[in-house]
Order: sequence, then structure tokens, then C-alpha cells
Amino acid sequence: MNAVREGQNRRTLLKLAVFSLAMFGFGYALVPLYPVVCSVLGINQTGVDEAKANTQVDASRSVVVEFDTNVHGMPWKFRPLVSHVSVHPGAVAQVMFEVVNTLDVPVTGQAIPSYGPQLAAEYFRKLECFCFNKQVLKPGERRQMPVVFVVDPALPKDISTITLSYTFFEVEGNRRAVQHSAKVGT
Amino acid sequence: MNIATAANGHVTAHDDHDHAPKGMMRWLTTTNHKDIGSMYLWFSFFMFLVGGCMALTIRSELFQPGLQIVRPEFFNQLTTLHGLIMVFGAIMPAFVGFANWMIPLQIGASDMAFGRMNNWSFWLLPPAALLLVASMFVPGGAAAAGWTLYPPLTIQQGMGMDMAIFAIHILGISSIMGSINIITTILNLRAPGMTLMKMPLFCWTWLITAYLIIAVMPILAGAVTMTLTDRHFGTHFFSAAGGGDPVLFQHIFWFFGHPEVYIVIIPGFGVVSQVISTFSRKPVFGYASMVYAIAAIGILSFTVWAHHMYTTGMPISAQLYFMYATMLIAVPTGVKIFNWTATMWRGSLSFETPMLFAIGFIFLFTLGGFSGLVLAMAAVDVQMQDTYYVVAHFHYTMVAGALFSAFAGLYYWLPKWTGHMYNEKMGQLHFWLSFVFFNMTFFVQHFLGIAGMPRRIPDYALQFTEFNQISTIGAFGFGLSQLLVVYNVISCMRSGEKAPAKPWEGAEGLEWEVPSPAPHHTWEVQPIIK
Repeated sequence: MNAVREGQNRRTLLKLAVFSLAMFGFGYALVPLYPVVCSVLGINQTGVDEAKANTQVDASRSVVVEFDTNVHGMPWKFRPLVSHVSVHPGAVAQVMFEVVNTLDVPVTGQAIPSYGPQLAAEYFRKLECFCFNKQVLKPGERRQMPVVFVVDPALPKDISTITLSYTFFEVEGNRRAVQHSAKVGT
Repeated sequence: MNIATAANGHVTAHDDHDHAPKGMMRWLTTTNHKDIGSMYLWFSFFMFLVGGCMALTIRSELFQPGLQIVRPEFFNQLTTLHGLIMVFGAIMPAFVGFANWMIPLQIGASDMAFGRMNNWSFWLLPPAALLLVASMFVPGGAAAAGWTLYPPLTIQQGMGMDMAIFAIHILGISSIMGSINIITTILNLRAPGMTLMKMPLFCWTWLITAYLIIAVMPILAGAVTMTLTDRHFGTHFFSAAGGGDPVLFQHIFWFFGHPEVYIVIIPGFGVVSQVISTFSRKPVFGYASMVYAIAAIGILSFTVWAHHMYTTGMPISAQLYFMYATMLIAVPTGVKIFNWTATMWRGSLSFETPMLFAIGFIFLFTLGGFSGLVLAMAAVDVQMQDTYYVVAHFHYTMVAGALFSAFAGLYYWLPKWTGHMYNEKMGQLHFWLSFVFFNMTFFVQHFLGIAGMPRRIPDYALQFTEFNQISTIGAFGFGLSQLLVVYNVISCMRSGEKAPAKPWEGAEGLEWEVPSPAPHHTWEVQPIIK
């Protein structure tokens, strides 16, 4: 075997050996790659589905949930981003509300929910709500806030529409305190 | 080419007086592709008998419902080792043996590109085989998680599993070195004038197989290394207790595993192509489409791995993709089957043993392909997963596919290797017994699988008894028939009728230009191909 050919063989050997080693590395790279590819393609639905899936969902009927918003003597604009949604009892739903502080001072408010018909209240389960906490809005601030809820499948069959009404009340003491401290400051 | 042959004969007469060591040292230190090819073939045949004895023990246990012969734990070790030994110890080395013997002869090269590496690739095999077999005698016994080595079982078992992992490392290194050698030989050492598209199809199939091996064997090595570090070094790739994902192993394993099944079968395609052409006395039909079909099968094999995993919980979109991609592979495979049939069409056929095995291969491998299409359907597979239907399917492709094509190649090239003709009557008897008993063993397993008999379980429900008894009797018939080939090969080496340089009338190719038996050194002066 002549030297030219031997050199040629060595180069081929080197390339193939590097390729094999790279494939060994690729085997390890598959460990992080699989989840990434699955989430990019959106095909890793297993598990996620099961976590979300609620065997209690009553797909046989829908309930319309209407949203009503009020402010009680406050300088805020308050509205739902959708006027109503249709949900199956048992299914998780999320809606957004928007509130704007029109004043140039911080204002604190607290939302109080009410239901129509009143009977629906005990079947309406809020998992997340802006009404769980006081909301402090900076001067002119615009904020979007979620409500995540489930309508209990035990809801009586004759209720097909629920109205969820929120009213924001100002937490008075706070604005005065802020105004007061602002005045003292100037 | 005649001139080249004469020159070659002259060189041979001189070179038979080489100063090679004699006795055992000759075999330990040889760098000659023919010696190494023979060792590969003998080794794989020995391992074939070892794995076969395990299969017969499995079938004996399954002769009747209930537990009679082996303990369930030992039964699991047997199914695991049977799979590992047959795939990595018997079929793969057998075809590497063919490659070593025939590729240099067929492309007019004097030897493989890297003689010493070739020696190493072979001599790594016996220690690996020893590790696998010896692992049955260590505390806890051999690996018993199935040849697919799924966690969490592989993380829990005893030191037999470590031995299996090391054996796989060694076997992997051996086949990667062998493949690098084969690729380099084919790419760099072809005779002047032999373009890639003039190569015999056996060389083409091995070129593509070798690329598949160096692409996926390292991935298997990675997967078992991860298992090893999970077992002993506190990593958590697959152990769910530490946040790992056992299903991830299946993804990595089958990313190796699906190309692996083509690694096992593609060299067989090459052998069968040449045998069919020889005994039809026609060039192979659609040579170029054969090459493209093999390449297409090789490339597609990387895109279908998860069809082994439909029941692990996959979104419907992924199931559909893997189902359609798998069915797509039937197209290039169909091209090959069509071409083999078309090669025989209006050929001047004769039915010597290699041709019988090749035709048996086409017939039974196609059946195995069809049951593969059935299993490829996600909706059906949910029912069939891990039943004897799967066992029947892959034995149709591995035994009637890979093994039958290996027998075709063995009988085809035996006169070239030994310089003697084998006993034709006995060869044909070997074929017919193998053919009948093979179908007796495995055809009934389709019915067992459809009826719901699970694989890898030593006991079964009463209603499966008859088919299992037929299968067991068939398996013993098949196993005993293989003693014929042992006898035939040995008597052929010792005392067969003298074989001419070209014992087959319709054979084409450089390997038939050298005398039979092929002298120790051939093609020292490369032939010129016009």
C-alpha cells in the first residue's frame, strides 16, 4: 500500500471517528433536545392534558356567564374585556378585567362580587380573582386582572345564565393617608 | 481482467510462503481479511448456536402452560440474552464476516484498509460474548429486562446488568471500528475504473449499513452509559425518583433501535440481490433504483423510531406522523422486492441451495414486512403491543430475513472460501427443513398474538396451549436442522468436490476471477475495470 493511499485512509478514518464521537455526544444531546422539540412543536400534550382534564366536566350543557362591572363613587374606569363567556360546568375558564385610575394620585380599591341569581353564588368557584386582594393603582395606571373560575357541575339544571357583578369600593383611609402624607411632603 | 488474474495468480504462488506465525498466534495476530472474515463467521455461528439453545429452553418452557423447566426470573434472563446474543453476537458479526471476506475481493483490493484495527474489531467480540454468557452465573443472574433494556428494570437489577452494559460497549466499539474499516475500504481502495455505481450491490448495502452503524451505535452506547451512571454514579437520566424520565430511554433507544433493524437486514438485501441475479443468469433488474432504495431506507430509518412506542402515551398528531412515516418505508422496500422479482422474470432459473434460500427470503421477508405494516398502524398496535404477534413479525424479518440471506450467502460463497463444493442435496434438505420448521414455529405465533398472548411471560392461559406446542415442536425441528449446515460446512472444507474459480454459471464479479479457494493474498495488483 503506497504512502499516498495510506494518508488518504488515515484522513477518512479521522473523519469517521470524529463523526462517531459526535454521535455519542448527540445521544446525550437528545436528553435536553426531546423536551425542547416537543414543546416547540406543541406535541408534548401527554400529562399536561391529564393534569387539566377534569372528569367532572359536564359537556352536556353550557352556562352563560355574563359580567357586570361598577365603581362606587371612585375615580376609576372598570370594564370586563369580554361581556360574557359560555362554559361547561366543571371546566376551568379565565376572563380578564381592566381597571384604569383616572386620578393623578394613587388610589386603593377593593372589588366585591355579587351573583344573579343569588343561588348561583354557592356553585361559583373562583380559583383566582383580583377581588381576593386590595388593588393599589398608581396615578393614571391601567391594569388588566384575571378571574379564573369553575362553575360547579352540581349547579341546578334550570340555571342557564349567571351574572357576575363586581363593584369596586374605595378603601377610603388609604387615599387620605396618601394625600395627607403628600401634602406634608410638599 | 484476464491479464490481471494471471498476474494475481503469480503473486499468490509467491505469497503463500509468507512468514506468518503458525497455530493459535496466526489467528490472534492476523491482519488478513480472509482470516478475520472466517473468524467472524465461525464466531457468529457459534453464538447463533448459543442463542439458539436459549431459544429452545424458552420454547420448552412454553410447551405447556404453567412453570415446568425454568424459574420465571431465569426465563426473563433467557429472553434478554437470546435477543442480545442473536442481534449483536450472531447476525451482525455474520455480515461483518461476509464483508471482510467479500468486499476486498469484490472491489479488487488486496485487503481491508486497516488490518490491525480489523484484528481488534474481531478480538473484542469474544470477551464481550464471555461477559454476556458469564453474567448468567453472577449473583442476581444476567440482565433480565429484555434486550431493549428499558428502565426502571435496568436501574434496579444486579451486577449482571453492568456486565451486559459493558458487553454492549465493547460490541459497539467493535462494530464501529469494523464499519469505519469497511467505509474506508470501499471509498478509497476500489480498483481503478470501478466507480461507485459499478460496485456489486453487496458492497453498496454494506457501505450504507456501515454509515448507519457509525451513526447509531454511539447513541446506544450513550443510552447504556446513562443507565450505568444512573445505577452507580447518582445521575437521574431515567430514574423517575430523581426527576428522570424512563420514557426518555425508550426514545433514545429506538432512535438507535430502528436504524439497527435495518443494519441487520440491509447487508442481507445485498447478498440476495447477487444470488438472485446469479441463478437467474441475468443482471439485477434496476441496479440504480436498488441503490437509491437502500439509501432511502437508510435515511427514513431515522424518522420512525417512535412506532415502537405508541402505547407510551403520545399525542394523536405524533402517532399519525410516525404511522405515515413508517408506512412510507414500505415504498423503497417494495421497489426492492419488485426488482428481485423482475430479475427472476424470464430468467434462466436454477434452484441451487443459495437460490432456494434467496427465494425463501423474498417470500418470508415480504410476509414479515406485511405484518410490520399491520403493526405500524397506531390503532392496531395498541392491541398488538408486546404480544406474540410482534414476536412473529420480527422473527419473520430477522430469521427468515437476515438469517436466510446469510445462509444464501454462505452456500453461495462457500466454494470460493473452501475451494470445495458443499453437498448440494444436503443443502437443499437444510433449506426445506428450515423453511417448513420456521413457518411451523413462527406462523402460529401470529394467531397467539392476535388472541392476546403476551410476550416475555413464561406462563400462559390454557387456550393458547395447542399453538404453543406446534411452535415448540417447530422450534426444535428448526434448531436440529441447523446441525445439517454445521456438518455440510465441515465436510465441504475437508472433502468436498473440487470447486472451479467460478462454480456458478451465471455469477458475475471480481471475486470469481481469483482461484478457489481464494489464496491468502489476492488483488495485490489491482485489476483495471473498463
